Amino acid sequence: MSGFRLHNKGILINKDAPIQFSFDGKKMNGFKGDTLASALLANGQTLVGRSFKYHRPRGIYSAGPEEPNALVSLRQQGRHEPNTVATGIELYDGLIANSQNAWPSLNFDVMAAIQIFSPFLIAGFYYKTFMGTGQRFWHFCEHFIRRAAGMGKAGLEADPDRYEKANIFSDIVIIGGGCAGLIAARTAVQSGAKILLVDENPELGGASLEEEATIEGINTADWIAETINHLAKNNNVTLMRRTSVYGYFDDNILGAVERVSDHKIEPENNQPRQRHLKIFAKRVIIATGTIERPLVFAGNDLPGIMLANAALRYAHRYGVAVGKNVAIFTNNDDGYQTAIQLKKLGVNVTTIIDARTHTNFTLDGIKSITGHVVTSAKGSKYIKQIDIAPYDHSDHSIGDIQSLEVDSLLISGGYTPMINLTSQTGTPAIFNEEIQSFIPGPPNRAWQACGALIGAFELEECLNTAIEAAQNSQKLLGLKVSPVKPVTVSGANLKAIPFALTEIPCLQTSAKKFIDFQHDVTVNDLQIAHREGFRSVEHLKRYTTLGMAADQGKTSNMNALAIMAQLRGISIPEAGTTRFRAPYKPVALGTLAGRYIGNHFSPLRRTPMHDWHIEHGAEMIEAGLWHRPRVYKKSGETVTDAYIREAAAVRKTVGIVDVTSLGKIDVQGPDAAEFLNRIYANAFLKVDVGKARYGVMLREDGYMFDDGTSWRLSPTQFLMTTTTANAATVLSHMEQLLNIDWPSLKVHVSSISDQWAAMAVAGPDSRNVLQKIITDIVLSEEGCPFMAVRHGHIGQIPIILARLSFSGERAYEVYTGSHHGTAVWSAIIEAGQQFDISPYGTEALGTLRIEKGHISGPELDGRTTMGDVGFGRMASTKKSYIGSVLKQRPGLNDPDRLSMVGLISTDHKAIMAGSYMLDGDQNIGHVTSTTYSPVLKKYIALALIKQGDDRLGEDLCAVFPLEDEKNNVQVVDPHFYDKEGAQLYV
Amino acid sequence: MIINCPICGPREAAEYSYIGDATRVRPEADNIDLNSWSDYVHQRQNPRGNHHEHWQHSGACRSILCVTRDTLSHAISGVKLVGPYSEDTK
Repeated sequence: MSGFRLHNKGILINKDAPIQFSFDGKKMNGFKGDTLASALLANGQTLVGRSFKYHRPRGIYSAGPEEPNALVSLRQQGRHEPNTVATGIELYDGLIANSQNAWPSLNFDVMAAIQIFSPFLIAGFYYKTFMGTGQRFWHFCEHFIRRAAGMGKAGLEADPDRYEKANIFSDIVIIGGGCAGLIAARTAVQSGAKILLVDENPELGGASLEEEATIEGINTADWIAETINHLAKNNNVTLMRRTSVYGYFDDNILGAVERVSDHKIEPENNQPRQRHLKIFAKRVIIATGTIERPLVFAGNDLPGIMLANAALRYAHRYGVAVGKNVAIFTNNDDGYQTAIQLKKLGVNVTTIIDARTHTNFTLDGIKSITGHVVTSAKGSKYIKQIDIAPYDHSDHSIGDIQSLEVDSLLISGGYTPMINLTSQTGTPAIFNEEIQSFIPGPPNRAWQACGALIGAFELEECLNTAIEAAQNSQKLLGLKVSPVKPVTVSGANLKAIPFALTEIPCLQTSAKKFIDFQHDVTVNDLQIAHREGFRSVEHLKRYTTLGMAADQGKTSNMNALAIMAQLRGISIPEAGTTRFRAPYKPVALGTLAGRYIGNHFSPLRRTPMHDWHIEHGAEMIEAGLWHRPRVYKKSGETVTDAYIREAAAVRKTVGIVDVTSLGKIDVQGPDAAEFLNRIYANAFLKVDVGKARYGVMLREDGYMFDDGTSWRLSPTQFLMTTTTANAATVLSHMEQLLNIDWPSLKVHVSSISDQWAAMAVAGPDSRNVLQKIITDIVLSEEGCPFMAVRHGHIGQIPIILARLSFSGERAYEVYTGSHHGTAVWSAIIEAGQQFDISPYGTEALGTLRIEKGHISGPELDGRTTMGDVGFGRMASTKKSYIGSVLKQRPGLNDPDRLSMVGLISTDHKAIMAGSYMLDGDQNIGHVTSTTYSPVLKKYIALALIKQGDDRLGEDLCAVFPLEDEKNNVQVVDPHFYDKEGAQLYV
Repeated sequence: MIINCPICGPREAAEYSYIGDATRVRPEADNIDLNSWSDYVHQRQNPRGNHHEHWQHSGACRSILCVTRDTLSHAISGVKLVGPYSEDTK
């Protein structure tokens, strides 16, 4: 038998608002206010999932966030979300949920056959099976194992919904909106402090919704409603429902997720689906309450077995009875209280099995069997029968077994405080003997725990600890504390004082007794861990994966600790407990990412001439965040055709390339030259005004860091350029040196990368082109010699012109204000028509510099020295500069180091970048940059190889094993073209 | 973690970049001893408790700060400006 709706019951559902939803394609009905779990129970759906490892049938076990079994996949397409907990999903019309980890169907899962092999799938299975068998066996098995073990599958479609982030600042943050949290808020509200109360449920009240007590003269339900009303009227209080605090971080910052639209079919009114909250709290009051603890016996995971308190919630809140013939297995008085309440609500509780020998409760119409335990639950996909037996405390022995027919079994093993958040702060938990559980230790930060969380289970005590916490928080914040009378409560439930945890008779039988339902960890696994020496709680956890599932072992930890303590013959506090880590509840990656996705995650940087490039057929390529033209394709051209044409045009007539992405740093101050002299490896003191100099920077450890030119604009000002990739790093490097190491240098640096548009005009006709449009700079060899820097105009637009060359041809770099970029570029293009000017992209730029043997990113890989790339003699020996001492380390001057050479393919085919260089079968280096050289009409490359300088003329082999490529190459001088530099002056 | 920038006020750690140990001192320019430079570049203390670290407020004013942080609790007990405008330099 299975669950059904009770007549006229359910305080949270609205029977006038029926809802349709589907589970595994089956249409079902529910009501507004239901959770997916309550609706599934009401529809008689007892089987909701298959377990992680053994594919055992599983049903709904709880009514809250502790749920280990009822994980479902929610929604479809882009909104698909695996592993959501059915007990926390609010039902809406049109909800689509599917079961997980079962094939071909939930009801008939072929993988359930895996249970036959369960003796092998024990703790340490992976280590025992795969260590020593070699990689191959693991790779063969991995596919099947990954398929068999697991949960839901992540979707592949993009999520159409938005996720937001928000920051909240509060004086007092109260976590948990049960009675304790509410009264703490009510107490603190008078002080005027900014108060935030968060609760993960859609309704406030927490566990007290099931209390039948009288608080301050009114019944609990009315008291809750009145308190909420009162709080809502105060502007200094914010009540947030559907908000889970998942982490307690440094500086009293809490991480929380607000489920803004998860209870709707899709977000409305431009609301996000979820909002990630960073809560900055001056003080935190933690009132997270408790969850009920399972008892352990054979077959304790069968559908139809549920926490007693959960069954009460289903009946009271949603009007759902879990069965028609219900038994309760308890070890404390709360089992009786639950039985009485269930009976009142119309649930047919027939029997209570109490492990204790005595109770003060007498029940009408319920058979109470004391001194007995449930030894086993039986049934195939649903519980049909339980075996019970007398239990002797003195020697843990079990007497004769008798059977009982039941259709539901409720478990009440005492209550476990939810210490997850306090444990996250690093405060050690303290074992409380009375309630047989851990409670938070003394606070190590600005928080205070109260209510059931600290063991104050009985309502009056619970409320008064919360008042005290609120008053203490006000006091510590220096706020006014008004006297508050202690609250009086009558008719509340008695404190649940369980039977010692370590008295777990189940250890004596051999059938499967589950501790961690979500990870399928059984008592047997714990015994194995103990036998094999993994006895400390930390080892136990890692060896068996106990408590490491998405539910963080909310229902399993205490029982596991008790069993291990018993196996070791020590007490639970001696065994200790592990520290909880964030997140308390799983947090979707989309929520953490918020709106920082796509271009909001990595913004696109366009140069001022971007649109011109696109209009003229440029194929763009990403260079860091920048988008740069790769080639300008003409119709019918491939990328290779295009770059060969562009590079050839530069050598023949003239070309223009956008170099805006280079880093540009303004260096100003009386000590600017001294500063550059200290950070470049070559001399910089005697750069004349109006001249540029190429410089190489080293890191402090002597390796090459960056290169570029610095232009002396005045005695006290340089314009420094860096590589595109290192623009930000170089600036920060300079700022650090100026502030930390050389504060007495009078220099200021600022990034001006975005302020300047930059382009290089290169080729024999470059001067002719510029001469047409620049009238105020003399471009003759005397007027503008190589490395000269000049100020001038193109039309009305001011420019800086620098005669520099990366291509090896006569060339000029033209800098202008960003907003003039396109105008200047267009003017040069127009003036160049007569010379057949060709815009060129990064491919041709690369070709030209490789032909010249100029280094770039692939050679500046952080492992090369100046000597490696042929700059050995450029480094100054007369000054101290960054890296000048450590570059002299023996390892950096080893004759066996790699050095840069040129390669020509003698096979006449493209050399692949990253190829290994082989001399016979010896790996002697690698290929860094490669291209086709239009000048040589050959495939060429730059490479770093051992004793490169001595190998000129040698025939070697470049291999690329990933694609089975092999290329015979000849080693040549890396300056393939115009080594003397005559072209610079053509 | 919140760092109180002397220029901008209290801001979240995400706005800052970590630079490193603030207790090490760059050898003098005329020091050519490989070992002292190697120590400066490679050797770091890993103290338990209060530690002085350089941070840069890279997402805002770009000033470089010396932050005193407890390596056990992340509690920050002091933030000072480093460089020509710091109290120490004046």
